[in-house]
Amino acid sequence: MNDTPPPSRDPRRDDRRDDRGPRVHGVTASFRRAPDVYRAAERIRDLGWTRWDVHTPFPIHGLDAAMGLPRSSVPRLTLLGGLTGFVTGCLLTWYTNSFDYPLVVGAKPYWSVIYPFPVLYECTILFAAFGTFFGQFLTNRLPRHHHPLFELPQFARVTDDTFMVVLEAADPRFRSPEEARDLLASLGGQDISLVRD
Amino acid sequence: MAHSPEPAGNPPEALARVRPAELPRPELVLNNRSFHWVTDKVCGIVEEPTPTWWKVTFVVALLLASFTGVGLAYLVSTGTGTWGLRSPAGWGWAIVNFVFWVGIGHAGTLISAILCLLRQRWRTSINRAAEAMTIFAVMCAGIFPLFHVGRVWFAWWLFPLPNQNAIWPQFRSPLEWDVFAVSTYFTVSTLFWYMGMIPDLATIRDRARTFWRKAVYGFLAMGWRGGNRQWSNFEMAYLLLAGLSTPLVLSVHTIVSFDFAVSIVPGWHTTIFPPYFVAGAIFSGFAMVLTLMLPLRAIYRLHDVINQYHIDNMTKIILATGTMVGYAYATEFFIAAYSGNPYEKFAFVNRAFGQYAWAYWIMVTCNVISPQLFWFKAVRENHALVWIICLFVNVGMWFERFVITVTSLANDYLPSSWGYYSPTIVDIFTFFGTFGFFSVLFLLFIRFLPLLPMAEVKMVTPQADPHAH
Repeated sequence: MNDTPPPSRDPRRDDRRDDRGPRVHGVTASFRRAPDVYRAAERIRDLGWTRWDVHTPFPIHGLDAAMGLPRSSVPRLTLLGGLTGFVTGCLLTWYTNSFDYPLVVGAKPYWSVIYPFPVLYECTILFAAFGTFFGQFLTNRLPRHHHPLFELPQFARVTDDTFMVVLEAADPRFRSPEEARDLLASLGGQDISLVRD
Repeated sequence: MAHSPEPAGNPPEALARVRPAELPRPELVLNNRSFHWVTDKVCGIVEEPTPTWWKVTFVVALLLASFTGVGLAYLVSTGTGTWGLRSPAGWGWAIVNFVFWVGIGHAGTLISAILCLLRQRWRTSINRAAEAMTIFAVMCAGIFPLFHVGRVWFAWWLFPLPNQNAIWPQFRSPLEWDVFAVSTYFTVSTLFWYMGMIPDLATIRDRARTFWRKAVYGFLAMGWRGGNRQWSNFEMAYLLLAGLSTPLVLSVHTIVSFDFAVSIVPGWHTTIFPPYFVAGAIFSGFAMVLTLMLPLRAIYRLHDVINQYHIDNMTKIILATGTMVGYAYATEFFIAAYSGNPYEKFAFVNRAFGQYAWAYWIMVTCNVISPQLFWFKAVRENHALVWIICLFVNVGMWFERFVITVTSLANDYLPSSWGYYSPTIVDIFTFFGTFGFFSVLFLLFIRFLPLLPMAEVKMVTPQADPHAH
C-alpha cells in the first residue's frame, strides 16, 4: 500500500521488506510428527530466538519447556478476579442487609462474614472464573479474526494433524527469509513458505 | 539403613538384574487411529447431511418439550395451586425435579473438572458431551424454582437489583444462597464448556467450505491459531477453571441440600445431607452420561474412542457412589435411632413403612441394589444391560428426592395436620416435558458442535508423545 518505507534506525529492519510486496511476516515450515517438531523447537530455543511459535493441533506435553516459554500469567488474573469477587460479595451483602435497609433477623448482627458465606464463596468463584476466562483471551490477544498466517493454505491443517513452526521477521535473529528458510530446512521442516503481512 | 549389607550410595546388586515391570496403560484410542481420523470422525458428525433419525427425534423431542410449555402457561395463568401443592406439602414435584436435574448436571463437572485435576486421561472422550449435559440439565432445573415463586414476572426480586419496594434479598436464607450457587454454577460451566471448545471450533472453521459455516464457526473460534504460546495460556486457564469448578460443584449440591438441612423439619435437619447429596448427584449424573453416550456411540460408531475401558470406569464410579448412597441411607436410620428424638425416629420409620413406603422401596431397589450388578464384568460388558441399569438409577434418584421432600412434609410434628401429597396432571406434564426440552438442546449440540474434544483425544494417542520413537 505505502510505497515509501518508514524510517528505521535499525538496519536489520530494512531486510524485512523486499521489492515484491508487503512486509514479510515470517517463514513457516510444516512437520508431520510430534517428536520432530519437539526437537526442532529445542534447537530454535537454543539458538536464542524469541519471536517464533509452534502451531499444533493439540498441546504437546513439555513443549513449553522445549520452547523456553515462561509460566503463563493467567493465574494472576484469576487471583485478581477471585479477590474482586470476595470483596464484591462482602460489599453487596453488607450494603443490602446492613447499611441500606438494616434487617433484624433472629436478633443476630446485621452483618458478619459467617451468614452470607455461601454468597461470598460463590462470588469469589464466579469472578475468579471470569478472570481466568477473559485472562485467557487477554494473554492470547484474542479474539483476532485476521492474521497473516490465515492466508497460508497449509495453515488450515494445523488444527487437524500438522505441526508448523513460524519464525517471525520481527525477531532480531531474523536476518533474511533465505537464512530462516535454511534453518527450518536443516531442522527437517517441509513445505517451507514465506508469509507476508 | 545401618543394617544394610550394601555400602551407602551403591544400589543393591539385585537392582541391576531386575528389569522394571512394563505396566501397559489401557489404550484410550483403539486401533492406533491417526490424528486425521479423529478430526474426520468428529467433524464428520457436524458436516454430514442431517440424518433422518435426528430429524425424527428432534420433532418428537420438540413435541415433548411443548408439554412443559403448556404446563407452565396453564400454571402462570391459573396459579401454583394447579401443581397439587397444599398444606402440609408446600414443596412437591417442582423441588424434586429441581434437585433431580441439578444432580444430573454434577457428573459433567466431575468429569470435566475433578477428573482433569486427578489426571484421569480417560475423561477426554466423554467430557464435552458430559459438560453439555450439565448445562442443559441446569437449564431444566432452573425452570422449576423460577415458576415455583408463583408470580414469575417478579422472579428478578431474587437477585440483588433495586426495585420499587426498596427491599433487598435476605442473605440469611438458604434459598437465596441457592440463587447464587446455581447461577454461578451455570455461568462457570458454560464458560468452561465454551473455552474448551474453542480449538475444536477452529478445526471445524478450517474445514468449512461454505460462507455461513466459515462465518459462524470462525466467529465462535475467536481466531484461534493453535500456537504453543496460545496453548500455554489456554492450558493454564483450563486447569484453573477445573480447579475453580471443583469446589464449585461440591458447593452447589451442598447448598441445595441446605435448602432442606437448615430447616427444622424431621428427616431434613441432618448434617449428612451435603456429602450424601453430592454423592447422589455424581451417581445420577454418571448414569445419565451413560444413558446418553451408549446410544451415541452406537449411532456414530465411536467404539474406538469410547471403548470398554471408559464404560468400565463409569460403571465402577456408579457402583462406588451407589454404594455410598446406600451407606448414607443406613446412616440416616442409625442416627435417627441414636438421636433419641421421637420425631426424627418416626420420620425414618415412616419413610420405610408409612404411606410412601412404595416410593422408598423403589428408591432402594434402583439405587442400592441395581448398581451392585456392576461388580460383574459380564454385566459391564453387556451394554444393553448397562443402559437399562442406568435408567433404573435415574428413576431411583428421582424417587430419592421425592422421598426426602414429600415424606417429611406430609407427616411432620402434628398428626392433625398430616396429609397425602399427590401430583396433578400439570405437574406430570411439566416434568416429562423437561426431558423433551433437554433432548432438543442436546440434539442441537450433537448436530452443530463438536461432540468429542478432538484436541484432547489427539493428545492421549500414542503418537502425540513427543518422546515416542
